[in-house]
Amino acid sequence: MAKYDVDEVKLRQLEEYIDSIEQKEGALIGVLYKAQEIFGYLPKDVQLFIARKLGIFAAKVYGVATFYSYFTMEPRGKHVINVCMGTACFVKGADKILEEIKKELDIKDGNMSKDGLFTVDTLRCVGACGLAPVVMVDGKVYGRVKVEEVKGILDEYRE
Amino acid sequence: MPLRMELLVCGGTGCQASNSSRVLEVLREGIQEANLQEEVRVLMTGCFGFCEKGPIVKVMPDNIFYVEVDEESARKIVREHVIKGRIVEEKIYKEPETEERLPEQSSIPFYKKQIRIALRNCGKIDPENINEYIASDGYMALARVLTEMTPEEVIDAVKRSGLRGRGGGGFPTGLKWEATRKSKSDVKYIICNADEGDPGAFMDRSILEGDPHSVLEGMAIAGYAIGAQFGYIYVRAEYPLAIHRLRIAISQAREMGLLGKNILGTNFSFDVEIKIGAGAFICGEETALINSIEGGRGEPTVKPPYPAQVGLWKKPTNINNVETFANVPPIILNGAEWFSSIGTEKSKGTKVFALAGKVNNVGLVEVPMGITLREIIYDLGGGIKGGKKFKAVQTGGPSGGCIPAEHLDTPIDYDTLNALGSMMGSGGMIVMDEDDCMVNIAKFYLEFSCDESCGRCTACRVGNKRMLEILNKITEGKGEMEDLEMLKELAETVKDSSLCGLGQTSPNPVLSTMKFFYDEYLAHVKDKSCPAGVCTELLKYYIIPEKCVGCTACAKVCPVNVIHGEPRKVHVIDREGCIKCGECYRTCRFGAITRK
Ligand SMILES: Cc1cc2nc3c(=O)[nH]c(=O)nc-3n(C[C@H](O)[C@H](O)[C@H](O)COP(=O)(O)O)c2cc1C
Ligand code: SF4
Ligand code: SF4
Ligand code: FES
Ligand code: FES
Repeated sequence: MAKYDVDEVKLRQLEEYIDSIEQKEGALIGVLYKAQEIFGYLPKDVQLFIARKLGIFAAKVYGVATFYSYFTMEPRGKHVINVCMGTACFVKGADKILEEIKKELDIKDGNMSKDGLFTVDTLRCVGACGLAPVVMVDGKVYGRVKVEEVKGILDEYRE
Repeated sequence: MPLRMELLVCGGTGCQASNSSRVLEVLREGIQEANLQEEVRVLMTGCFGFCEKGPIVKVMPDNIFYVEVDEESARKIVREHVIKGRIVEEKIYKEPETEERLPEQSSIPFYKKQIRIALRNCGKIDPENINEYIASDGYMALARVLTEMTPEEVIDAVKRSGLRGRGGGGFPTGLKWEATRKSKSDVKYIICNADEGDPGAFMDRSILEGDPHSVLEGMAIAGYAIGAQFGYIYVRAEYPLAIHRLRIAISQAREMGLLGKNILGTNFSFDVEIKIGAGAFICGEETALINSIEGGRGEPTVKPPYPAQVGLWKKPTNINNVETFANVPPIILNGAEWFSSIGTEKSKGTKVFALAGKVNNVGLVEVPMGITLREIIYDLGGGIKGGKKFKAVQTGGPSGGCIPAEHLDTPIDYDTLNALGSMMGSGGMIVMDEDDCMVNIAKFYLEFSCDESCGRCTACRVGNKRMLEILNKITEGKGEMEDLEMLKELAETVKDSSLCGLGQTSPNPVLSTMKFFYDEYLAHVKDKSCPAGVCTELLKYYIIPEKCVGCTACAKVCPVNVIHGEPRKVHVIDREGCIKCGECYRTCRFGAITRK
């Protein structure tokens, strides 16, 4: 497997998962989902590996991976911040919170802080509209977030 | 020792975000310490709906409803209520106007006008224990259907109930089942649409988290009615808790013989599998969803043929929404006439709404069709937050529209909302107040539609983008009167020449705000001002002399050098040259710069 320029242990983990699927037809999205769970993102070589394993064109894998916003082809920061941009959060000023987070992390282009510690993303309605605006860091939900609280929240993850 | 008391702790997403899992632990520890675990049971339920006041803890059979319970008050509930039978007053809901404490859930105004059919078990049972569902008449409807009714009779009952699809379109469910039944094929499929794409809504999620078996039962009944042996639930990846509870529910149902081969000893077999969506709004559209389950890009295909004829893997497929399925078992058990006695002439039963935005009681409500918006917002919702003025309510998400104050008394159903240029949609209901700019709101939804267009149709792909460019121009103060005309024309074109529901409805937020809030558009275009003070490019920056200490920080960052003043003296902005970049506002550490 040396020809793939990615972590071998992880690749073997993915291979085991693919081998365990009985019904390979229609399995691509599930496989990509698993691959992202293992690698944190979907490097080109992993996509190629999946294509060969499932016996489909690499272009199809790429086409599916780019279609769904859940999949990412960029490496992610150590901590992933998700700002809810659902309507309830939006009308309660989620855009201001996002602006503050980017400012605090000095992110101008893209969505990763220079030190690789944080990736900032948005998502839509996490189902906690009662707590709008909502920010999630690595799956932990922070509710009724105020602009002034942003720094404190980030500090929790800065060690 | 017989069981004498149950403490129901809300395990919905909202309450979990405010630490209800910890509350549950504290309650359990307290009860263990008092050695009462044989008599008192603590269990985690799904969302009670009153998320605004979470975490919620309900004590049964005393029927006491505690709100905003934290660790401290959880200990007190054990000490006082559980052990000594004394109610913890300060954690009882207080009616804001009369200041009266209302200990019973049903007497709280938020619940008074609700009729809970789809949400019947949410907040009542432990969703991870099939026995609790069964004890609440669960799987009784399936048993009746399999042993006493023919598939035709089931379809007839659903038709007579008047149930219409809760996923947005409102298509009569019985007719859809009939069409799929009539398609000849040895293999057919049932799909449950749990993609819940509306970006401000969480009805389906709460049902799946709070009562997953009701959906499985509804799907099995549909399977029997149309002659399908297999079903898929398409859930979005963003709903991990719902997926987790569904997995448990499916395996428990299989163990009990309620899913799988020869259900309840009959010759009907039906099984269900979960498919996880990967974050594309368009996959909520039924043909796109089918393409996605097949493992491809979720792009819509032309209808006809409808899924009822050619669906998943080219087989006849019946696709319904989560809430639609959850309504089926009660219809079978209580009868079609019972269901159709609720609601309006053409819209029967109830609808679940996710009430959110600038309203006092944010949460999930299930109300009879035909209730007015005013009742929902003021009686259940407790009115507008902070005593502000109501401006509009948005229903139908990115496909819907904004409804102004003069239509608050409209009894709502599928048809009245359409007539107002909005939609029932899947149930998002966002309340907006005087601080919301309607042009900006239209832009928000349009941005969403642009992001989510699959790109197949030129009208949808390019037209929405052109409209968004115009809205950007307007909110930046560069709009002209021709732009408003252009906007309307584009909106009509996109509506008329798009293939799927996304493109056909994406202009609705723009059209409805232009219809009801044209003056706000005019203010942006003609006066270059944003009445709600939202559009940053139209704001004017001021330095408050009393707060300015003359630190010169703002003058240093101003990219166009229009801030003047001597060190340690009050600074002034020359607004002529200001490009409204906001740097000074962000830089000032003394809060001396404001924008209006
Ligand atoms: C762009 C678009 C998005 C949709 N999203 C959803 C959704 O998230 N959930 C849903 O149940 N139906 C959604 N629908 C409607 C489905 O296509 C389909 O009509 C529905 O699932 C049928 O179920 P029902 O008859 O029970 O409502 C969407 C439709 C369109 C055009
Ligand atoms: S209307 Fe838009 S989303 Fe629908 S098929 Fe056409 S391009 Fe795709
Ligand atoms: S908003 Fe920007 S351009 Fe205007 S005064 Fe402040 S720093 Fe200068
Ligand atoms: S809109 Fe943010 S949680 Fe619902
Ligand atoms: S999440 Fe607890 S009441 Fe809704």
